[in-house]
Amino acid sequence: MVSSNTELAYNSKIEGEVVVSRADAVINWIRTNSMWPMPMGLACCAIELMGVAGARFDIARFGAEVMRFSPRQSDCMIVAGTVTYKMATAVRRIYDQMAAPKWVIAMGACASTGGMYRSYATMQGVDRILPVDVYVSGCPPRPEALLDALIKLQAKVKRERSAKNLLSA
Amino acid sequence: MPADVANALKEKFPQLTARASLDHPAFNVPVADVVAALKYLRDEAAFDMLTDLTAIDWAEGAAPRFTVVYHLFSTTNHTYVRIATDCPSDAEPAVPSVVSLWPGANWHERECYDMFGIKFAGHPDLRRILMWEGYPYHPLRKEFPLAGIETPLPDPDIAAETGANLIAAPMMGGPFVAAPGEINLTEAEPRAKDESWTEREEKPE
Repeated sequence: MVSSNTELAYNSKIEGEVVVSRADAVINWIRTNSMWPMPMGLACCAIELMGVAGARFDIARFGAEVMRFSPRQSDCMIVAGTVTYKMATAVRRIYDQMAAPKWVIAMGACASTGGMYRSYATMQGVDRILPVDVYVSGCPPRPEALLDALIKLQAKVKRERSAKNLLSA
Repeated sequence: MPADVANALKEKFPQLTARASLDHPAFNVPVADVVAALKYLRDEAAFDMLTDLTAIDWAEGAAPRFTVVYHLFSTTNHTYVRIATDCPSDAEPAVPSVVSLWPGANWHERECYDMFGIKFAGHPDLRRILMWEGYPYHPLRKEFPLAGIETPLPDPDIAAETGANLIAAPMMGGPFVAAPGEINLTEAEPRAKDESWTEREEKPE
């Protein structure tokens, strides 16, 4: 079954040089294939994030090698590492400064649930302050797991009603 | 530590007493002499590296309550020595800072201040290091619970926007410790001491 907002219809004999599609499909295709991460690399998971950006695991295949450390220029915040309560306010502020549309990947056990740190200093999951779209388990997750999370996020974005959101916002 | 160095140290600082220690030579020093003793060890006895600076809380009611412990290492002789000094006051514990001797002591002293409340006189920048400024407790004191105490987050606008605050971490049946002596790795992994209850399921009576 083809979902209506991801379908691209093109018959070159009839259409010629024109592609007719749904706005949702085009907008979602553009967003998924250039998902620029904001690497909130706080701890060891950031090293695996760097590994994903390297040549072997190559996040550039997905259009996401552009690690923009400015929240104004990024789409997806990858919270990679332990969020202490002291750092939580900074993480939330950076998230607030990102422009819509924005998504969050909680990478690793510490960002997802607080991980091994069940303590007074570590926030038990970054989802207490941010709306997380994809959680990645692992300590640290394999680079392939982070790429899998990116693919899941792309699938999630492809299902969005983007045109409706843009027109109504 | 060679015997002549220990004897020279005891001669120079007559109020030094030996401290019970299983591994390395250890001495108790009164707080008035501690900076001079550490300086002597660094300059004359070649203990050039401060490997650790930490503290002990003997719990409320003990006198003295706080002890600051310094671990020194000699990179040339490959020997360790431990120096311990009791804080004179229990309510306002304070010792002199050794940042002038070893700059690496800066963060260790900030950590002691954050976790125990021990002030280091002469420290260039004594503020909390793990918890935020204005956090009301000192977490490694004996009366502080393992999981933490519920507190509002430091920034009121973030706290209002997210509705989050610092919660007592869900302990769910006790600290997570590894079972000793198990060979089966599934059983040997760290798990709660009491697994009969979790956050979702109440404890069966």
